[in-house]
Amino acid sequence: MKAVHYLNQFFAGMGGEDQAEAPPTRLEGAVGPGRGLAADLDAVEIVATLACGDDYFAEHEDEALSALLTMLAELAPDVLVAGPAFGSGRYGYACARLAAEAAARGIPSVAAMHEENPGVEAAGAAYVVPTAVNVAGMRDALPRLGALASALASGRELGSAEEEGYLVRGFRRNYLAEKTGAERAVELLLAKLGGDVRTEVGGDLDRVEPPPPVPDLSEALVALVTESGCVPQGNPDHLQSVRAQGWFRYDLEGADTLASGRYESVHGGFDVTLANEDPNRLVPLDTVRGLERSGRVGRVHESLYTTTGNGTPVVVATRFGQEIAGQLRDAGVQAVLLSGT
Amino acid sequence: MLAKEIERAGIPAVYVTSLPTVATMIGANRIVRGPAITHPFGLDEEERRRIVERALDMLETDVEPNTVWEVE
Repeated sequence: MKAVHYLNQFFAGMGGEDQAEAPPTRLEGAVGPGRGLAADLDAVEIVATLACGDDYFAEHEDEALSALLTMLAELAPDVLVAGPAFGSGRYGYACARLAAEAAARGIPSVAAMHEENPGVEAAGAAYVVPTAVNVAGMRDALPRLGALASALASGRELGSAEEEGYLVRGFRRNYLAEKTGAERAVELLLAKLGGDVRTEVGGDLDRVEPPPPVPDLSEALVALVTESGCVPQGNPDHLQSVRAQGWFRYDLEGADTLASGRYESVHGGFDVTLANEDPNRLVPLDTVRGLERSGRVGRVHESLYTTTGNGTPVVVATRFGQEIAGQLRDAGVQAVLLSGT
Repeated sequence: MLAKEIERAGIPAVYVTSLPTVATMIGANRIVRGPAITHPFGLDEEERRRIVERALDMLETDVEPNTVWEVE
């Protein structure tokens, strides 16, 4: 089986920073760390090394990728190996971008770099083998990189990140467990009692840093958003009571309160009796209007944004959030009061 | 998820919910605990005003990720 190895100008022996502007080039066989890597590959031969200057890649990404992908397509390898780039940001980014693009074109791809290298975020569906932060970790990295590259070239289905030694990519895959959920839960609990805290659904939760607070709410445009399924009476747009397919915006201009009989909740996940008696219990328009009059908040945004947060898949809810956030940003909204049930 | 995406867009968003544990798990940052699933802003106007004031205070506060405030 064939591997192609990607290196920067330094590791390819072309020169140091003075050669960082070197455009992509193809070298025959294994070069530099590729020679060490070759010993750690199982039934895989490095047929060619592609190299590019780090600065050239950073400054001409599209051209560099296009040239490298053309060379890669001609070589048609069973696996692409990039790096190790250790803690080098430009090199790590180049490795990750090339590996991501190659993976997207169906070439199994693995890059190696330190887990805090910014390239990790750019690796897409490619695998990333973690390394030490500098080149002193080469000897430790190559056997692990070689093992994963060999596995990818063989076409074997890979196990979990933990088993195979790559960084979590954020994909989840179904598999048939040998034990029932109850048995596994008891095992996890017993392990936890013994001080060994483990989880089956860990990994890389997407987190957002809290944006800075509003400097002065009395000057701010504030929007009301809700997941409580609150709509005008009669639900004119047919918002779903569960697994919402969309979100809606309703005009609040001139309204001082969400009056019973004029608004209702169609949420299918809770008893809406109390909410329908007074929809301000879900979206406190009456209170917020009072605070607008008293000057505590500057102005209430002209629209209420609403959807039903009930059984909505994460990916769908995320899309709703992005769409609503886009409208709020365009409208110059500076703070949001959001309610969920 | 709405709270997270709105905050990702750079707009501080306070999420009033009676299920702050779930809100924390999905990664909301500014969370105020409401009294009940069926009426996160309480039942009467006085309670509603206290909850809204608390939420507005949070919009004016620098918070750590996944912060939950109770209403006094």
